[in-house]
Amino acid sequence: MAFKLDAKIPQGKLAEKWSNHKAAIKVVSPANKRKLDIIVIGTGLGGGAAAASLGELGYNVKVFCIQDSPRRAHSIAAQGGINAAKNYQNDNDSVYRLFYDTIKGGDYRAREANVYRLAEVSNLIIDQCVAQGVPFAREYGGLLANRSFGGAQVSRTFYARGQTGQQLLLGAYAALNKEIAAGSVKSYPRHEMLDVVVENGEARGIIARNLVTGEIERHGAHAVVIASGGYGNVFFLSTNAMGSNGSAAFQCYRKGAGFANPCFTQIHPTCIPVHGTQQSKLTLMSESLRNDGRIWVPKKLEDVKALRAGTLKPSDIKEEDRDYYLERRYPAFGNLVPRDVASRAAKERCDAGFGVNETGLAVFLDFKTAIERLGKDIIKQRYGNLFDMYEEITDVSPYEEPMQIFPAVHYTMGGIWVDYNLMTTIPGLYAIGEANFSDHGANRLGASALMQGLADGYFVLPYTIGDYLAAKIQAPKVDTNTPAFEEAEKAVKEKIAKLMSINGKQSVDDIHKKLGHIMWENVGMARTKESLEKAIVEIQALRKEFWKDVKVVGDPMSFNVELEKALRLADFLELGELMARDALNRAESCGGHFRSEHQTEEGEALRHDEEFSYAAVWEYKGMDEAPELTKEPLIYEETERKQRNYKD
Amino acid sequence: MNFTLKIWRQKDAKSKGAFETYQVKDISADTSFLEMLDILNNDLVHAGKEPVAFDHDCREGICGMCSLHINGLAHGPGQAATTCQIYMRKFKDGDTITIEPWRSAAFPVIKDLVVNRGAYDQILQAGGYVSVRTNSVPDANAIPIPKADADESMDAAACIGCGACAATCKNGSAMLFVAARVSSLAKLPQGRVEGARRAKAMVAKMDELGFGNCTNTGACQAECPKGISIAHIARLNREFLAAKIQD
Repeated sequence: MAFKLDAKIPQGKLAEKWSNHKAAIKVVSPANKRKLDIIVIGTGLGGGAAAASLGELGYNVKVFCIQDSPRRAHSIAAQGGINAAKNYQNDNDSVYRLFYDTIKGGDYRAREANVYRLAEVSNLIIDQCVAQGVPFAREYGGLLANRSFGGAQVSRTFYARGQTGQQLLLGAYAALNKEIAAGSVKSYPRHEMLDVVVENGEARGIIARNLVTGEIERHGAHAVVIASGGYGNVFFLSTNAMGSNGSAAFQCYRKGAGFANPCFTQIHPTCIPVHGTQQSKLTLMSESLRNDGRIWVPKKLEDVKALRAGTLKPSDIKEEDRDYYLERRYPAFGNLVPRDVASRAAKERCDAGFGVNETGLAVFLDFKTAIERLGKDIIKQRYGNLFDMYEEITDVSPYEEPMQIFPAVHYTMGGIWVDYNLMTTIPGLYAIGEANFSDHGANRLGASALMQGLADGYFVLPYTIGDYLAAKIQAPKVDTNTPAFEEAEKAVKEKIAKLMSINGKQSVDDIHKKLGHIMWENVGMARTKESLEKAIVEIQALRKEFWKDVKVVGDPMSFNVELEKALRLADFLELGELMARDALNRAESCGGHFRSEHQTEEGEALRHDEEFSYAAVWEYKGMDEAPELTKEPLIYEETERKQRNYKD
Repeated sequence: MNFTLKIWRQKDAKSKGAFETYQVKDISADTSFLEMLDILNNDLVHAGKEPVAFDHDCREGICGMCSLHINGLAHGPGQAATTCQIYMRKFKDGDTITIEPWRSAAFPVIKDLVVNRGAYDQILQAGGYVSVRTNSVPDANAIPIPKADADESMDAAACIGCGACAATCKNGSAMLFVAARVSSLAKLPQGRVEGARRAKAMVAKMDELGFGNCTNTGACQAECPKGISIAHIARLNREFLAAKIQD
């Protein structure tokens, strides 16, 4: 049975939709909020902000995270900044311009109404964070400073050195601590959600594993909010934290929530290149570096050879022998083109043989011109910690020689389908932040992930969840001693017992690396019909291999990292196939999804709006069954869709 | 490169622990310290043995999840770096490396090298926040803040809450951690309002949780992976004294 999707987009003009909607939805009185329980999964910018705000409103909140403290969620690693339409630089920025840049940056595959709301609340976020004591960068006059990010021609990005995500998360974590101290929020660190419980078609709670004792717990609530981030680690190597996983989102999908646009993956252009087979993760170098760094490869292949042989240093190559290929191809935006465009351009040069390291998979990001123009001190002030981090990892100083960079998996625009209220296809189950699909279309602009997480958590969900909960004010506490909870707990325990009993020959990491290889080669930066069909077959085979040959050691009733990883990999092995299926279905190129068969003569992404102007929403049918596709048409009332142009 | 590892193994909080010795071979100099442990663990799994439990997550030096005393040094031999940012080129081929969990009574061992740092959360819950409600705030540029103050606040706010300061302190004091939060908020007008209450509440909670006192040895500053200065402890002391005098 296909989904009956209702995005619940409010009527009226784009700029009035959110105000109209807020006025129309129900609210819950303070006396009734006290009777209602909400579970929040994840404590990043979305989950942390939501849990704190909901607790403040008077709901009883339980918040879960897999780390040892809510402060460690992966939002903390975001470096560059957060966008807002404040127009503090007087460069003619506006809510409309931020909306337009985001829609265009997403290659016209996001919902207009959601994106407009995001731009609308962006300014409130900055106010909120400053009031919490987030030490944003300031000018000498004491006012807030800004910088530029990709896909924008204005300076609208607020930042706290290269640690913006950390500072915003510490703000949300502090707000959460305030509520934990007040007793409105109860925190469950080192707990992992292993299933969502659905009763009479509504979300009623979760099954969680205490990661210290191994105990399986039942938690009931009137609503469940998924804020568990993205699923980029399906690729094994990515910029995500080691623990980042798609399992909470995947359990929702398994229980009947639609999963939208799973193939939309962001490959970030500026990461430190892979150095060998022992590597566990990839390190991002902030997009903010492209404010002052220039990206190039040599013009001559003999220079490339000499670089690889080590007989030539990058700084020896003369200005006229350098190909600043982004500036050449995209004069209007130059080095600040959106991420998908920058990544593909790097791949194009490396495929043509101009990759500058021994693997042929690297380009230069050079600060020479900026250091000459501004001096080393200013560059150090702006990027000092990033330069230090680079030198620590590679043993090369970016003050002396250019950085080497290469694209890497960074973010997933796809996620759980949600309506305008951020509710999934399961009533009472919400998804916010990177875990949902709603705002970034086929490509996310830099400094917009932090914006979306906090927008959803502070300013959208706390209102929209009331519209659902208003009907629950007479409902008693959720009873966890029901068949639905019993069955869900039993299934989780059986799955764990099965994994422990296989006792095969391969470790979880052995199989995860194989999956990552299949994904990167076939469902990576450039995809074809053939590569995707191949990936589906290979992932299915690997999944069988996993369930026959994985080796999980230790005791499930104890702290057991191998078991945690095995449970997550089991889901990645299904999610990877779903991504490939979605990519195969979408026979067009858009944003981060590049099908080689569909490109312009100049090698740019070629959309087919007539055929594919929809969100692809998938319904789970079983581990070895093909999922069913439902389409949510994307209707553009305000924006004229064009071939994205960053040239002039 | 080849290494001999002496690693603290402990089944759970209740069991007694002991060092065990392991060999790792063919490690690239560009491999990170935690990747080296990944390799050991993968070998252990293949041998049907339990891998060494250790905390880690972002592997970029920012989440504060990783810990470890390596050859007696919190976060190992790097200056201003977390364990996840240490690369094997920092060691010599053939070295014997001793790896222990944080040693602090306030951070009990959960398993092997994993400890419980919940005490740090509790200290912050006692007052490490500004009491503002969502949406009940003025425009972000309504209150100008001198750049120097914002910068100093940011210096303190760089704390990642990893626990190295308390683990390395001979008194087991969490003063640098507490000071980082108190000082960061003290430098901002938004944080001033509750300054006195915050300093008293956080210090009281720290004492209650069994952390020791500060005797200004400066070991915390030396081992802090974010290079947080003990000058912030001086500011905490001023905040605390001023608050007490007001009482």
